Amino acid sequence: MLINLVVSSSLIRHTRRAAVAVVLVLLTAGKASAQFDMLGSWAPLGSEDVQNDSVPVDYLGLALTDEARVRALAYDESQKSMVERQCAGWGAAYTVLGPFGLRITSQTDPVTNRVVSITIGAWEDWNEMVIWMDGRPRPSDNALHTQAGFTVGRWEGGALAARTTHVKAGFIRKTGVPLTDKATIDWRFFRHGDVMTVLMVATDPVYLVEPEIVTKGFRLSRTPLDYRAGCVTGYEGREPGDAVPHYDPDKNPFVDEFVKLYHLPREAVLGYRETLYPEYRKKIKDTYVPPPTCSDSCGAAGNFVVRR
Amino acid sequence: MRARSAAVVALVLLTLAGPVAVRAQQRGGGPPRPARDAAPIDLTGYWVSYVTENWRYRMVTPAKGEYRRIPVSPAALPFINNWDPAADDRAGNQCKSYGAGAIMSVPGRLHITWQDADTLRVDTDAGTQTRLFHFAARAAASAPSWQGDSIATWERAIGPDGGGSLRVVTSNVRAGYLRKNGVPYSERSTVTEHFDLAPLADNGRLLLVTTTVEDPVYLTGPYIVSPHFKKEPDGSKWDPTPCSSTW
Repeated sequence: MLINLVVSSSLIRHTRRAAVAVVLVLLTAGKASAQFDMLGSWAPLGSEDVQNDSVPVDYLGLALTDEARVRALAYDESQKSMVERQCAGWGAAYTVLGPFGLRITSQTDPVTNRVVSITIGAWEDWNEMVIWMDGRPRPSDNALHTQAGFTVGRWEGGALAARTTHVKAGFIRKTGVPLTDKATIDWRFFRHGDVMTVLMVATDPVYLVEPEIVTKGFRLSRTPLDYRAGCVTGYEGREPGDAVPHYDPDKNPFVDEFVKLYHLPREAVLGYRETLYPEYRKKIKDTYVPPPTCSDSCGAAGNFVVRR
Repeated sequence: MRARSAAVVALVLLTLAGPVAVRAQQRGGGPPRPARDAAPIDLTGYWVSYVTENWRYRMVTPAKGEYRRIPVSPAALPFINNWDPAADDRAGNQCKSYGAGAIMSVPGRLHITWQDADTLRVDTDAGTQTRLFHFAARAAASAPSWQGDSIATWERAIGPDGGGSLRVVTSNVRAGYLRKNGVPYSERSTVTEHFDLAPLADNGRLLLVTTTVEDPVYLTGPYIVSPHFKKEPDGSKWDPTPCSSTW
Protein backbone atom coordinates (compact mmCIF):
# COMPACT_ATOMS: atom_id res chain seq x y z
CA MET A 1 0.00 0.00 0.00
CA LEU A 2 2.76 2.38 1.08
CA ILE A 3 4.74 1.47 -2.01
CA ASN A 4 1.67 2.11 -4.17
CA LEU A 5 1.22 5.56 -2.61
CA VAL A 6 4.83 6.53 -3.16
CA VAL A 7 4.75 5.34 -6.76
CA SER A 8 1.46 7.14 -7.43
CA SER A 9 2.53 10.46 -5.96
CA SER A 10 5.83 10.21 -7.80
CA LEU A 11 3.93 9.50 -11.04
CA ILE A 12 1.68 12.51 -10.48
CA ARG A 13 4.66 14.77 -9.80
CA HIS A 14 6.39 13.57 -12.93
CA THR A 15 3.22 13.79 -14.98
CA ARG A 16 2.57 17.34 -13.79
CA ARG A 17 6.11 18.32 -14.61
CA ALA A 18 5.72 16.67 -17.99
CA ALA A 19 2.47 18.54 -18.58
CA VAL A 20 4.07 21.85 -17.67
CA ALA A 21 7.03 21.04 -19.90
CA VAL A 22 4.77 20.08 -22.79
CA VAL A 23 2.76 23.29 -22.45
CA LEU A 24 5.97 25.34 -22.34
CA VAL A 25 7.34 23.54 -25.37
CA LEU A 26 4.13 24.13 -27.28
CA LEU A 27 4.03 27.81 -26.39
CA THR A 28 7.66 28.26 -27.32
CA ALA A 29 7.16 26.30 -30.54
CA GLY A 30 4.28 28.57 -31.45
CA LYS A 31 6.47 31.62 -31.14
CA ALA A 32 9.43 30.12 -32.91
CA SER A 33 7.43 28.87 -35.86
CA ALA A 34 6.33 32.41 -36.72
CA GLN A 35 9.96 33.19 -37.39
CA PHE A 36 12.44 32.02 -39.97
CA ASP A 37 16.11 31.38 -39.84
CA MET A 38 17.86 34.40 -41.30
CA LEU A 39 21.30 33.76 -39.88
CA GLY A 40 24.20 33.19 -42.23
CA SER A 41 25.50 34.70 -45.43
CA TRP A 42 23.19 36.10 -48.09
CA ALA A 43 24.54 36.98 -51.51
CA PRO A 44 23.01 39.96 -53.29
CA LEU A 45 20.91 39.44 -56.39
CA GLY A 46 21.92 42.01 -58.95
CA SER A 47 18.72 41.92 -60.94
CA GLU A 48 17.21 45.20 -59.76
CA ASP A 49 18.79 48.52 -60.44
CA VAL A 50 18.17 51.42 -58.10
CA GLN A 51 21.25 53.59 -58.31
CA ASN A 52 22.14 53.03 -61.96
CA ASP A 53 25.79 52.64 -61.05
CA SER A 54 26.04 56.02 -59.39
CA VAL A 55 25.76 58.37 -62.35
CA PRO A 56 26.39 61.78 -60.66
CA VAL A 57 22.91 63.17 -61.20
CA ASP A 58 20.46 60.29 -60.95
CA TYR A 59 17.43 60.61 -58.72
CA LEU A 60 15.28 58.12 -60.67
CA GLY A 61 12.65 56.45 -58.55
CA LEU A 62 12.63 59.13 -55.87
CA ALA A 63 10.00 61.68 -54.88
CA LEU A 64 12.09 64.61 -53.70
CA THR A 65 11.19 67.97 -52.27
CA ASP A 66 12.57 71.01 -54.08
CA GLU A 67 14.97 71.59 -51.22
CA ALA A 68 16.32 68.04 -51.51
CA ARG A 69 16.81 68.47 -55.25
CA VAL A 70 18.78 71.67 -54.78
CA ARG A 71 20.98 70.08 -52.14
CA ALA A 72 21.54 67.02 -54.28
CA LEU A 73 22.51 69.15 -57.27
CA ALA A 74 24.99 70.99 -55.07
CA TYR A 75 26.74 67.74 -54.20
CA ASP A 76 30.09 66.97 -55.71
CA GLU A 77 31.29 63.40 -55.26
CA SER A 78 34.81 64.78 -54.84
CA GLN A 79 33.75 65.45 -51.27
CA LYS A 80 34.61 61.83 -50.65
CA SER A 81 38.25 62.54 -51.42
CA MET A 82 38.52 64.84 -48.40
CA VAL A 83 40.40 63.05 -45.67
CA GLU A 84 37.79 63.92 -43.08
CA ARG A 85 34.99 62.50 -45.25
CA GLN A 86 36.62 59.46 -46.82
CA CYS A 87 35.47 57.12 -44.10
CA ALA A 88 32.18 58.76 -43.24
CA GLY A 89 30.47 55.73 -44.76
CA TRP A 90 26.87 55.47 -45.78
CA GLY A 91 23.74 55.27 -43.71
CA ALA A 92 21.33 52.48 -42.88
CA ALA A 93 19.58 52.68 -46.26
CA TYR A 94 22.74 51.41 -47.88
CA THR A 95 21.67 47.94 -46.73
CA VAL A 96 19.54 47.68 -49.85
CA LEU A 97 21.26 50.29 -51.99
CA GLY A 98 24.81 49.03 -51.64
CA PRO A 99 26.36 46.21 -53.64
CA PHE A 100 27.23 43.99 -50.72
CA GLY A 101 25.63 40.85 -49.31
CA LEU A 102 24.39 40.35 -45.78
CA ARG A 103 26.25 38.50 -43.07
CA ILE A 104 23.69 38.02 -40.34
CA THR A 105 24.34 36.84 -36.81
CA SER A 106 22.33 36.88 -33.63
CA GLN A 107 23.26 37.50 -30.06
CA THR A 108 21.51 35.64 -27.25
CA ASP A 109 21.17 36.18 -23.55
CA PRO A 110 23.42 33.53 -21.96
CA VAL A 111 20.94 32.90 -19.15
CA THR A 112 17.59 32.83 -20.91
CA ASN A 113 18.92 31.92 -24.35
CA ARG A 114 16.53 34.46 -25.85
CA VAL A 115 17.62 36.43 -28.88
CA VAL A 116 18.67 39.90 -27.78
CA SER A 117 19.67 41.23 -31.16
CA ILE A 118 20.19 40.37 -34.80
CA THR A 119 23.18 41.97 -36.47
CA ILE A 120 23.83 42.61 -40.13
CA GLY A 121 27.59 42.76 -40.36
CA ALA A 122 29.55 45.79 -41.51
CA TRP A 123 31.06 46.18 -44.92
CA GLU A 124 33.83 48.40 -46.20
CA ASP A 125 31.89 51.67 -46.19
CA TRP A 126 28.87 50.72 -44.14
CA ASN A 127 28.48 50.26 -40.41
CA GLU A 128 26.84 47.19 -39.00
CA MET A 129 23.13 47.32 -38.25
CA VAL A 130 22.02 45.96 -34.89
CA ILE A 131 18.33 45.08 -34.71
CA TRP A 132 17.35 44.95 -31.06
CA MET A 133 14.84 42.16 -30.46
CA ASP A 134 14.55 42.38 -26.70
CA GLY A 135 11.91 45.08 -26.59
CA ARG A 136 14.18 47.75 -25.20
CA PRO A 137 12.82 51.28 -25.40
CA ARG A 138 14.09 53.75 -27.93
CA PRO A 139 16.53 56.30 -26.61
CA SER A 140 15.57 59.92 -26.15
CA ASP A 141 15.14 62.05 -29.26
CA ASN A 142 18.21 63.91 -28.10
CA ALA A 143 20.36 60.80 -27.88
CA LEU A 144 23.30 60.25 -30.19
CA HIS A 145 22.38 59.88 -33.86
CA THR A 146 24.66 57.62 -35.88
CA GLN A 147 25.05 56.44 -39.47
CA ALA A 148 23.45 53.10 -38.57
CA GLY A 149 20.79 54.60 -36.33
CA PHE A 150 18.88 52.72 -33.66
CA THR A 151 16.80 49.77 -34.80
CA VAL A 152 14.24 47.67 -32.98
CA GLY A 153 12.55 44.63 -34.50
CA ARG A 154 9.83 42.09 -33.94
CA TRP A 155 8.43 39.08 -35.74
CA GLU A 156 5.14 39.85 -37.44
CA GLY A 157 3.08 37.73 -39.81
CA GLY A 158 6.01 35.48 -40.65
CA ALA A 159 8.34 38.39 -41.46
CA LEU A 160 10.87 40.32 -39.43
CA ALA A 161 9.65 43.90 -39.08
CA ALA A 162 12.03 46.59 -37.87
CA ARG A 163 12.21 50.35 -37.60
CA THR A 164 15.32 52.51 -37.63
CA THR A 165 15.42 55.94 -36.01
CA HIS A 166 18.22 58.16 -34.68
CA VAL A 167 20.03 58.25 -38.00
CA LYS A 168 22.66 60.86 -38.59
CA ALA A 169 21.91 63.40 -41.29
CA GLY A 170 23.49 62.00 -44.44
CA PHE A 171 22.52 60.63 -47.80
CA ILE A 172 20.00 58.20 -49.17
CA ARG A 173 21.82 57.84 -52.47
CA LYS A 174 25.50 57.96 -53.21
CA THR A 175 24.69 60.70 -55.67
CA GLY A 176 24.25 63.15 -52.82
CA VAL A 177 20.50 62.92 -52.27
CA PRO A 178 20.21 64.05 -48.67
CA LEU A 179 18.42 62.54 -45.72
CA THR A 180 17.82 64.33 -42.45
CA ASP A 181 18.21 63.05 -38.93
CA LYS A 182 14.41 63.14 -38.67
CA ALA A 183 14.14 60.25 -41.11
CA THR A 184 12.77 56.85 -40.15
CA ILE A 185 13.28 53.63 -42.02
CA ASP A 186 10.89 50.70 -41.81
CA TRP A 187 12.14 47.28 -42.80
CA ARG A 188 10.57 43.94 -43.61
CA PHE A 189 12.58 40.80 -44.15
CA PHE A 190 10.67 38.06 -45.99
CA ARG A 191 12.13 34.64 -46.63
CA HIS A 192 10.87 32.27 -49.31
CA GLY A 193 13.07 29.22 -49.65
CA ASP A 194 16.64 30.33 -50.22
CA VAL A 195 15.63 33.85 -51.25
CA MET A 196 15.24 36.67 -48.77
CA THR A 197 13.59 39.90 -49.90
CA VAL A 198 14.36 43.00 -47.89
CA LEU A 199 11.87 45.84 -48.09
CA MET A 200 12.92 49.35 -47.09
CA VAL A 201 10.47 52.20 -46.63
CA ALA A 202 12.35 55.42 -45.84
CA THR A 203 10.41 58.45 -44.71
CA ASP A 204 11.83 61.94 -44.34
CA PRO A 205 9.58 64.90 -43.57
CA VAL A 206 12.10 67.34 -45.02
CA TYR A 207 13.51 65.80 -48.17
CA LEU A 208 11.04 63.16 -49.37
CA VAL A 209 7.59 63.98 -50.72
CA GLU A 210 6.75 60.27 -50.52
CA PRO A 211 8.64 57.45 -48.85
CA GLU A 212 11.44 55.86 -50.77
CA ILE A 213 10.45 52.23 -51.19
CA VAL A 214 13.11 49.80 -52.29
CA THR A 215 13.27 46.02 -52.26
CA LYS A 216 16.33 43.94 -52.72
CA GLY A 217 16.70 40.20 -53.05
CA PHE A 218 19.39 38.04 -51.51
CA ARG A 219 20.13 34.36 -51.98
CA LEU A 220 21.36 32.13 -49.17
CA SER A 221 25.05 31.55 -49.68
CA ARG A 222 26.55 28.16 -48.85
CA THR A 223 29.91 29.74 -48.26
CA PRO A 224 30.61 32.73 -46.00
CA LEU A 225 30.60 36.03 -47.84
CA ASP A 226 33.70 38.01 -48.40
CA TYR A 227 34.39 40.55 -45.69
CA ARG A 228 35.81 43.89 -46.68
CA ALA A 229 38.07 45.50 -44.12
CA GLY A 230 37.10 48.83 -42.67
CA CYS A 231 37.95 52.07 -44.39
CA VAL A 232 41.41 53.59 -43.97
CA THR A 233 41.98 57.21 -44.89
CA GLY A 234 44.70 58.31 -47.27
CA TYR A 235 45.82 61.34 -49.21
CA GLU A 236 43.65 61.81 -52.28
CA GLY A 237 44.75 65.22 -53.43
CA ARG A 238 42.97 67.38 -50.92
CA GLU A 239 44.58 68.92 -47.89
CA PRO A 240 42.81 69.01 -44.53
CA GLY A 241 40.94 72.26 -44.30
CA ASP A 242 40.41 72.63 -48.05
CA ALA A 243 37.05 73.98 -49.15
CA VAL A 244 34.28 71.40 -49.53
CA PRO A 245 33.84 70.61 -53.24
CA HIS A 246 30.38 71.49 -54.45
CA TYR A 247 28.44 72.87 -57.40
CA ASP A 248 26.14 75.76 -57.85
CA PRO A 249 22.89 73.79 -58.11
CA ASP A 250 21.93 75.70 -61.25
CA LYS A 251 25.23 74.87 -62.91
CA ASN A 252 25.85 71.24 -62.08
CA PRO A 253 27.75 70.02 -65.16
CA PHE A 254 26.29 66.52 -64.88
CA VAL A 255 22.64 67.49 -64.72
CA ASP A 256 21.91 66.17 -68.21
CA GLU A 257 24.45 63.35 -68.46
CA PHE A 258 22.02 60.58 -67.54
CA VAL A 259 19.26 62.28 -69.52
CA LYS A 260 21.33 62.19 -72.70
CA LEU A 261 22.80 58.76 -72.07
CA TYR A 262 19.46 56.98 -72.09
CA HIS A 263 17.11 59.63 -73.51
CA LEU A 264 15.39 59.85 -70.15
CA PRO A 265 12.99 62.66 -69.24
CA ARG A 266 14.70 65.26 -67.10
CA GLU A 267 11.95 65.35 -64.48
CA ALA A 268 12.36 61.62 -63.96
CA VAL A 269 16.11 61.89 -63.50
CA LEU A 270 15.57 64.77 -61.06
CA GLY A 271 13.19 62.82 -58.85
CA TYR A 272 9.76 64.30 -59.36
CA ARG A 273 6.94 62.41 -57.67
CA GLU A 274 4.69 61.99 -60.70
CA THR A 275 7.36 59.95 -62.46
CA LEU A 276 6.83 57.02 -60.10
CA TYR A 277 3.30 56.22 -61.27
CA PRO A 278 1.95 54.59 -64.44
CA GLU A 279 0.22 57.79 -65.56
CA TYR A 280 3.61 59.29 -66.22
CA ARG A 281 4.43 56.54 -68.68
CA LYS A 282 1.39 57.51 -70.69
CA LYS A 283 2.32 61.16 -70.49
CA ILE A 284 5.71 60.67 -72.13
CA LYS A 285 4.66 58.04 -74.62
CA ASP A 286 4.58 60.37 -77.60
CA THR A 287 7.74 62.29 -76.81
CA TYR A 288 10.11 59.53 -75.76
CA VAL A 289 12.74 58.55 -78.32
CA PRO A 290 14.53 55.27 -77.54
CA PRO A 291 18.32 55.39 -77.34
CA PRO A 292 20.31 53.88 -80.21
CA THR A 293 20.94 50.16 -80.28
CA CYS A 294 23.23 49.09 -77.47
CA SER A 295 26.67 48.18 -78.70
CA ASP A 296 28.86 47.98 -75.61
CA SER A 297 28.43 46.56 -72.10
CA CYS A 298 24.87 45.59 -72.91
CA GLY A 299 24.55 42.58 -70.66
CA ALA A 300 24.57 41.32 -67.13
CA ALA A 301 28.34 41.17 -67.02
CA GLY A 302 28.76 44.83 -67.87
CA ASN A 303 26.97 46.46 -65.02
CA PHE A 304 28.65 49.80 -65.23
CA VAL A 305 27.40 52.63 -67.31
CA VAL A 306 29.35 53.44 -70.42
CA ARG A 307 30.11 57.13 -70.26
CA ARG A 308 29.66 58.31 -73.78
CA MET B 1 -4.67 8.32 -7.21
CA ARG B 2 -4.42 6.37 -10.43
CA ALA B 3 -7.56 8.08 -11.62
CA ARG B 4 -5.98 11.49 -10.92
CA SER B 5 -2.80 10.62 -12.69
CA ALA B 6 -4.80 9.29 -15.62
CA ALA B 7 -6.64 12.60 -15.69
CA VAL B 8 -3.37 14.51 -15.72
CA VAL B 9 -2.07 12.31 -18.54
CA ALA B 10 -5.31 12.93 -20.42
CA LEU B 11 -4.85 16.67 -19.89
CA VAL B 12 -1.36 16.45 -21.32
CA LEU B 13 -2.62 14.49 -24.31
CA LEU B 14 -5.43 16.96 -24.86
CA THR B 15 -2.96 19.82 -24.65
CA LEU B 16 -0.87 18.09 -27.26
CA ALA B 17 -3.77 17.08 -29.42
CA GLY B 18 -5.59 20.40 -29.43
CA PRO B 19 -3.47 22.42 -31.87
CA VAL B 20 -2.79 19.37 -33.98
CA ALA B 21 -6.51 18.76 -34.38
CA VAL B 22 -7.02 22.37 -35.41
CA ARG B 23 -4.23 22.07 -37.90
CA ALA B 24 -5.58 18.78 -39.20
CA GLN B 25 -8.95 20.35 -39.80
CA GLN B 26 -7.32 23.18 -41.67
CA ARG B 27 -5.01 20.97 -43.67
CA GLY B 28 -7.30 18.23 -44.85
CA GLY B 29 -8.46 16.34 -41.77
CA GLY B 30 -11.97 17.66 -42.31
CA PRO B 31 -13.65 19.10 -45.34
CA PRO B 32 -11.16 21.52 -46.93
CA ARG B 33 -11.98 25.15 -46.42
CA PRO B 34 -12.30 27.22 -49.58
CA ALA B 35 -9.15 29.22 -50.25
CA ARG B 36 -11.11 32.45 -49.94
CA ASP B 37 -12.17 31.58 -46.39
CA ALA B 38 -8.73 30.30 -45.45
CA ALA B 39 -6.87 33.37 -46.73
CA PRO B 40 -4.33 34.55 -44.13
CA ILE B 41 -3.97 37.85 -45.97
CA ASP B 42 -6.38 39.92 -48.02
CA LEU B 43 -4.99 40.74 -51.44
CA THR B 44 -8.22 41.94 -53.00
CA GLY B 45 -8.71 45.47 -54.25
CA TYR B 46 -6.97 47.92 -56.56
CA TRP B 47 -3.19 48.27 -56.52
CA VAL B 48 -0.94 50.65 -58.40
CA SER B 49 2.67 50.06 -59.45
CA TYR B 50 5.16 52.18 -57.56
CA VAL B 51 8.16 52.25 -59.84
CA THR B 52 11.26 52.91 -57.77
CA GLU B 53 13.46 50.17 -59.19
CA ASN B 54 14.52 49.25 -62.70
CA TRP B 55 12.89 52.51 -63.74
CA ARG B 56 14.62 52.80 -67.06
CA TYR B 57 13.81 49.18 -67.93
CA ARG B 58 10.15 49.50 -67.00
CA MET B 59 8.90 53.06 -67.52
CA VAL B 60 10.53 53.47 -70.91
CA THR B 61 11.54 50.98 -73.58
CA PRO B 62 15.27 50.32 -73.20
CA ALA B 63 17.67 50.33 -76.09
CA LYS B 64 17.52 47.41 -78.45
CA GLY B 65 20.20 44.92 -77.49
CA GLU B 66 20.44 45.86 -73.82
CA TYR B 67 19.82 43.11 -71.30
CA ARG B 68 21.72 44.32 -68.23
CA ARG B 69 20.89 42.58 -64.95
CA ILE B 70 19.23 39.62 -66.64
CA PRO B 71 21.26 36.36 -66.64
CA VAL B 72 20.61 35.50 -70.26
CA SER B 73 22.10 32.43 -71.94
CA PRO B 74 23.97 32.58 -75.25
CA ALA B 75 20.86 31.15 -76.90
CA ALA B 76 19.00 34.37 -76.10
CA LEU B 77 21.45 36.76 -77.71
CA PRO B 78 20.31 36.34 -81.35
CA PHE B 79 16.75 37.08 -80.29
CA ILE B 80 17.81 40.10 -78.22
CA ASN B 81 19.88 41.53 -81.04
CA ASN B 82 17.23 40.89 -83.67
CA TRP B 83 14.23 42.13 -81.73
CA ASP B 84 11.68 43.34 -84.26
CA PRO B 85 8.53 44.84 -82.73
CA ALA B 86 6.99 45.36 -86.17
CA ALA B 87 7.25 41.63 -86.80
CA ASP B 88 5.56 40.99 -83.46
CA ASP B 89 2.79 43.34 -84.51
CA ARG B 90 2.31 41.55 -87.80
CA ALA B 91 2.18 38.19 -86.04
CA GLY B 92 -0.38 39.41 -83.52
CA ASN B 93 2.14 39.09 -80.69
CA GLN B 94 1.76 42.56 -79.20
CA CYS B 95 1.30 41.01 -75.77
CA LYS B 96 4.66 39.23 -75.67
CA SER B 97 5.96 41.56 -72.94
CA TYR B 98 2.76 41.21 -70.89
CA GLY B 99 3.03 37.48 -70.14
CA ALA B 100 3.31 35.86 -66.72
CA GLY B 101 7.08 36.28 -66.68
CA ALA B 102 6.90 40.07 -66.90
CA ILE B 103 3.41 41.36 -66.27
CA MET B 104 3.94 42.28 -62.62
CA SER B 105 6.79 44.57 -63.64
CA VAL B 106 4.75 46.39 -66.28
CA PRO B 107 3.70 49.74 -64.78
CA GLY B 108 -0.05 49.76 -64.28
CA ARG B 109 -2.81 48.79 -61.93
CA LEU B 110 -3.99 45.44 -60.62
CA HIS B 111 -7.54 44.58 -59.70
CA ILE B 112 -7.56 41.49 -57.52
CA THR B 113 -10.85 39.70 -56.85
CA TRP B 114 -12.12 36.23 -56.03
CA GLN B 115 -13.57 34.71 -59.19
CA ASP B 116 -14.90 31.89 -57.07
CA ALA B 117 -14.09 30.46 -53.67
CA ASP B 118 -10.94 28.74 -54.94
CA THR B 119 -9.79 31.01 -57.74
CA LEU B 120 -8.11 34.36 -57.22
CA ARG B 121 -8.33 36.62 -60.26
CA VAL B 122 -5.82 39.33 -61.13
CA ASP B 123 -6.71 41.80 -63.86
CA THR B 124 -4.20 44.30 -65.18
CA ASP B 125 -5.14 47.52 -66.91
CA ALA B 126 -1.80 47.57 -68.74
CA GLY B 127 -2.31 45.13 -71.57
CA THR B 128 -5.75 44.13 -70.21
CA GLN B 129 -4.49 40.77 -69.05
CA THR B 130 -6.24 38.34 -66.71
CA ARG B 131 -4.47 35.89 -64.46
CA LEU B 132 -6.30 33.12 -62.63
CA PHE B 133 -4.67 31.62 -59.55
CA HIS B 134 -6.21 28.20 -58.92
CA PHE B 135 -6.11 26.81 -55.41
CA ALA B 136 -8.09 23.68 -56.23
CA ALA B 137 -6.69 20.89 -58.38
CA ARG B 138 -7.71 21.11 -62.01
CA ALA B 139 -6.63 19.85 -65.39
CA ALA B 140 -4.06 22.10 -67.03
CA ALA B 141 -5.07 23.87 -70.21
CA SER B 142 -3.68 22.14 -73.25
CA ALA B 143 -2.45 25.17 -75.16
CA PRO B 144 0.14 27.54 -73.69
CA SER B 145 -1.09 31.06 -73.07
CA TRP B 146 0.43 34.42 -72.12
CA GLN B 147 -0.57 33.91 -68.48
CA GLY B 148 -0.17 30.12 -68.42
CA ASP B 149 -1.60 27.86 -65.73
CA SER B 150 -1.17 29.08 -62.18
CA ILE B 151 -1.39 26.90 -59.10
CA ALA B 152 -1.75 28.83 -55.84
CA THR B 153 -1.20 27.92 -52.21
CA TRP B 154 -1.36 29.90 -49.01
CA GLU B 155 1.76 29.81 -46.90
CA ARG B 156 0.46 30.50 -43.46
CA ALA B 157 2.68 31.98 -40.78
CA ILE B 158 2.02 29.90 -37.71
CA GLY B 159 1.97 32.10 -34.68
CA PRO B 160 -0.20 34.31 -32.55
CA ASP B 161 -0.26 37.18 -35.05
CA GLY B 162 -1.32 35.15 -38.10
CA GLY B 163 -0.45 36.47 -41.52
CA GLY B 164 1.31 34.66 -44.30
CA SER B 165 2.00 34.72 -47.98
CA LEU B 166 0.53 33.62 -51.30
CA ARG B 167 2.67 31.34 -53.44
CA VAL B 168 1.85 31.00 -57.12
CA VAL B 169 3.60 28.71 -59.57
CA THR B 170 2.89 29.30 -63.25
CA SER B 171 3.81 27.10 -66.18
CA ASN B 172 2.46 26.29 -69.64
CA VAL B 173 3.20 29.84 -70.78
CA ARG B 174 3.60 31.15 -74.30
CA ALA B 175 7.11 32.38 -75.04
CA GLY B 176 7.37 36.03 -74.12
CA TYR B 177 9.65 38.90 -73.20
CA LEU B 178 11.07 39.73 -69.79
CA ARG B 179 11.52 43.29 -71.00
CA LYS B 180 9.83 45.35 -73.64
CA ASN B 181 12.97 45.33 -75.80
CA GLY B 182 12.80 41.65 -76.57
CA VAL B 183 14.77 39.83 -73.86
CA PRO B 184 13.11 36.42 -74.23
CA TYR B 185 11.77 33.68 -72.02
CA SER B 186 10.68 30.37 -73.47
CA GLU B 187 7.62 28.16 -73.19
CA ARG B 188 9.60 25.96 -70.83
CA SER B 189 9.76 28.71 -68.23
CA THR B 190 8.36 28.44 -64.75
CA VAL B 191 7.35 31.55 -62.84
CA THR B 192 7.21 31.32 -59.06
CA GLU B 193 5.76 34.27 -57.18
CA HIS B 194 5.27 35.15 -53.55
CA PHE B 195 2.73 37.84 -52.71
CA ASP B 196 3.42 39.55 -49.38
CA LEU B 197 1.87 42.54 -47.66
CA ALA B 198 3.44 45.26 -45.57
CA PRO B 199 1.88 48.25 -43.84
CA LEU B 200 2.49 51.83 -44.93
CA ALA B 201 1.76 55.06 -43.09
CA ASP B 202 -1.83 56.31 -42.82
CA ASN B 203 -3.29 52.80 -43.04
CA GLY B 204 -1.67 52.27 -46.42
CA ARG B 205 -0.76 48.85 -47.70
CA LEU B 206 2.08 47.68 -49.89
CA LEU B 207 1.94 44.55 -52.01
CA LEU B 208 5.26 42.99 -52.75
CA VAL B 209 5.55 40.34 -55.46
CA THR B 210 8.82 38.43 -55.34
CA THR B 211 9.03 36.88 -58.79
CA THR B 212 11.42 34.15 -59.88
CA VAL B 213 11.60 33.22 -63.55
CA GLU B 214 13.45 30.03 -64.35
CA ASP B 215 14.04 29.17 -67.98
CA PRO B 216 16.35 26.35 -69.06
CA VAL B 217 16.54 27.79 -72.57
CA TYR B 218 17.22 31.53 -72.35
CA LEU B 219 18.45 32.04 -68.78
CA THR B 220 21.57 30.74 -67.09
CA GLY B 221 20.02 31.09 -63.64
CA PRO B 222 16.89 32.35 -61.91
CA TYR B 223 15.86 35.91 -62.72
CA ILE B 224 14.44 37.39 -59.53
CA VAL B 225 12.71 40.74 -59.13
CA SER B 226 10.31 42.14 -56.57
CA PRO B 227 7.98 44.79 -58.00
CA HIS B 228 5.67 46.44 -55.49
CA PHE B 229 2.27 48.08 -55.50
CA LYS B 230 0.41 50.55 -53.33
CA LYS B 231 -3.18 49.91 -52.34
CA GLU B 232 -5.73 52.30 -53.83
CA PRO B 233 -9.13 53.06 -52.31
CA ASP B 234 -11.10 52.31 -55.48
CA GLY B 235 -10.90 51.78 -59.22
CA SER B 236 -11.29 55.43 -60.22
CA LYS B 237 -7.83 55.45 -61.84
CA TRP B 238 -8.29 52.14 -63.65
CA ASP B 239 -7.31 52.77 -67.25
CA PRO B 240 -7.34 49.73 -69.56
CA THR B 241 -4.69 50.03 -72.24
CA PRO B 242 -4.11 47.46 -75.01
CA CYS B 243 -0.83 45.62 -75.45
CA SER B 244 1.86 47.40 -77.41
CA SER B 245 4.97 45.95 -78.99
CA THR B 246 6.95 49.12 -78.69
CA TRP B 247 5.64 50.93 -75.60
